[in-house]
Amino acid sequence: MTLTEKLLARAAGKARVSAGDNIWVSADVLMTHDVCGPGTIGVFKREFGADAKVWDRERVVIIPDHYIFTADSKSNRNVDALREFAREQGLPYFYDVIDDPNGQWKFDASKGLLKKQYGSNYAGVCHTALPQKGHTRPGEVLFGTDSHTCMAGAFNQFATGIGNTDAGFVMGTGRLLIKVPETMHFRIEGQLQPGVMAKDIILHCIGEIGFDGATYRAMQFDGPGVASLSMDDRMTVANMAIEAGGKNGIFEFDARTREYVESRTRLNGTKSTFEPVLADADQKFVYETVIHLDKLEPTVACHPDPGQRKKARELGHIKLDRAYVGSCTGGKTSDFVEFARVLRGRRVTIDTFGVPATPEIVHDLQTTRWGDKTVWQILEDAGVRMTENAGCAACLGGPVDTFGRMNQPGLKCISATNRNFPGRMGHKESQVFLASPATVAASALAGKITDPREYVSN
Amino acid sequence: MQSTFSGPVYVVGDNIDTDQIIPAQYLNLVPTIAEEYEKLGSFALCGLPDDTNPVRFVQEGRMDTEYPIVIAGRNFGCGSSREHAPIAMGAAECQCVVAESFARIFFRNCVATGELYPIECGDRLCDVFKTGDLATVDIDANTIRHHATNRTYSLKPLGEVRPVVDAGGIFEYARQTGMMPAKAA
Ligand code: SF4
Repeated sequence: MTLTEKLLARAAGKARVSAGDNIWVSADVLMTHDVCGPGTIGVFKREFGADAKVWDRERVVIIPDHYIFTADSKSNRNVDALREFAREQGLPYFYDVIDDPNGQWKFDASKGLLKKQYGSNYAGVCHTALPQKGHTRPGEVLFGTDSHTCMAGAFNQFATGIGNTDAGFVMGTGRLLIKVPETMHFRIEGQLQPGVMAKDIILHCIGEIGFDGATYRAMQFDGPGVASLSMDDRMTVANMAIEAGGKNGIFEFDARTREYVESRTRLNGTKSTFEPVLADADQKFVYETVIHLDKLEPTVACHPDPGQRKKARELGHIKLDRAYVGSCTGGKTSDFVEFARVLRGRRVTIDTFGVPATPEIVHDLQTTRWGDKTVWQILEDAGVRMTENAGCAACLGGPVDTFGRMNQPGLKCISATNRNFPGRMGHKESQVFLASPATVAASALAGKITDPREYVSN
Repeated sequence: MQSTFSGPVYVVGDNIDTDQIIPAQYLNLVPTIAEEYEKLGSFALCGLPDDTNPVRFVQEGRMDTEYPIVIAGRNFGCGSSREHAPIAMGAAECQCVVAESFARIFFRNCVATGELYPIECGDRLCDVFKTGDLATVDIDANTIRHHATNRTYSLKPLGEVRPVVDAGGIFEYARQTGMMPAKAA
């Protein structure tokens, strides 16, 4: 069996499953956020009763992160609805925006969008927060009401996005009927060259198979090249399995996985036991390819979908209006460090926005020194508008007052985010080009799409 | 259960993602709140670019669509897991989408909510039909008929998905089939 099949067989209590089988699996964790949480809770109450209790308090994780730093009253209300539910259910893992368990969240627009407006429990973007807060463990099944839930596959678990109705069902029963996906195999060899990042790996893979090339399938990443990839890198890759239509992405377990998960569960006092799944000799794949990391070049997915693969160096004719680094996939500490590596001592020539995924990342960037400056200062000195309000921000457009949102037609943005269908970052006539933080940085300097190796090598 | 749907069709192309079906700015609406459910319907498919789709799916100022049938190309509903997408279309009183293929989560959400029938078709109907053409979908016979030409195209059977949508979603289906206890009145 493949990693995904083995994991699902275990979650279903079966010795063996095959691709195509419909099986009931037990969930280890159910995650929801402010956009889909209120509707999920609505389904749960409608179907199980107003007084019903969730199947397991310790396994429901609620992370508001999408529409937080907006004056939109319905969005603020949705955070309050999560708080009320968490209180009523006694949920230990609700990462509230504010510290007062009886308070109400109201964003204060008069304070501007850059200065932090959250309390000490706030966790930031759900997919990045889950591992940081010790909720990802090898061998487990994670369901989340968000398509990029597949990011946790980096930790050798089965993680996939589901809708509110399915999530309402899991909330009440802890189980879900799913179809075992076929597995596509991406064997990774070699090592990334300077100026090339994990984002380039996954943009390359999606370009290879098409943005629907993994529909209903698992994408398995393993091979000797994986060892050189950090957990941040693996998260970037697994995150975008959905951009090829994939049900999940999954990495092999190794010493790095163990170290990360052990340190995070210890730090947060979350469940620390886990049982990874290891590959069988007789895995059956529906597709196999080898990715030679050494051969990859800075890659861009052009408007209007993540499968429009081009090399950055071929796109110098595309003039840009803005640049953006942020999101679950591209707003991690390592992403900002690579962003800063290119920008250090230089100035951007177009509007450039930086949105760290989580408060912990904000803290890292404001305390990590590089010479006599912090990473944060280097970015600000380069002209990047950095916000402390970690969250999804303009990655998915959001309410019109969202930081970095494209509110006019015709704007072109190069972005370290993961999705670029029409209107994704705001106006439906705007365009998004997906790239690594290094490519975003080089492009922000030049005002047009630019290969970062022009800056990295000198 | 109704098994035929007739009326004008609304035609879209490939890769219509969930942002085009219901733009992210409207995700502050909660589908289980009745008036917000209706409101979601009024925004269904409003994220489609004006140049490809000059006619709106739901007219300005209206809550429902005139088009009970949507015809699409490949990979309809790709992108996010937001259930708001099939819900917005269902709330606008759209009955079915006939597409060459569907993205996985959208398809599943159609079935889980029972909002509309996601029907696959081996022919590329989005090149045959134009928005406003009259058609009849028959999910017993698995056909769609183009009224103007009187041509009939065959659809892939809905199979195990159909009784779930017929029932109105997975919870109702689970109750009807005894997998879950009936709701106390
Ligand atoms: S950062 Fe973007 S992709 Fe990630 S969860 Fe938020 S909206 Fe989704």
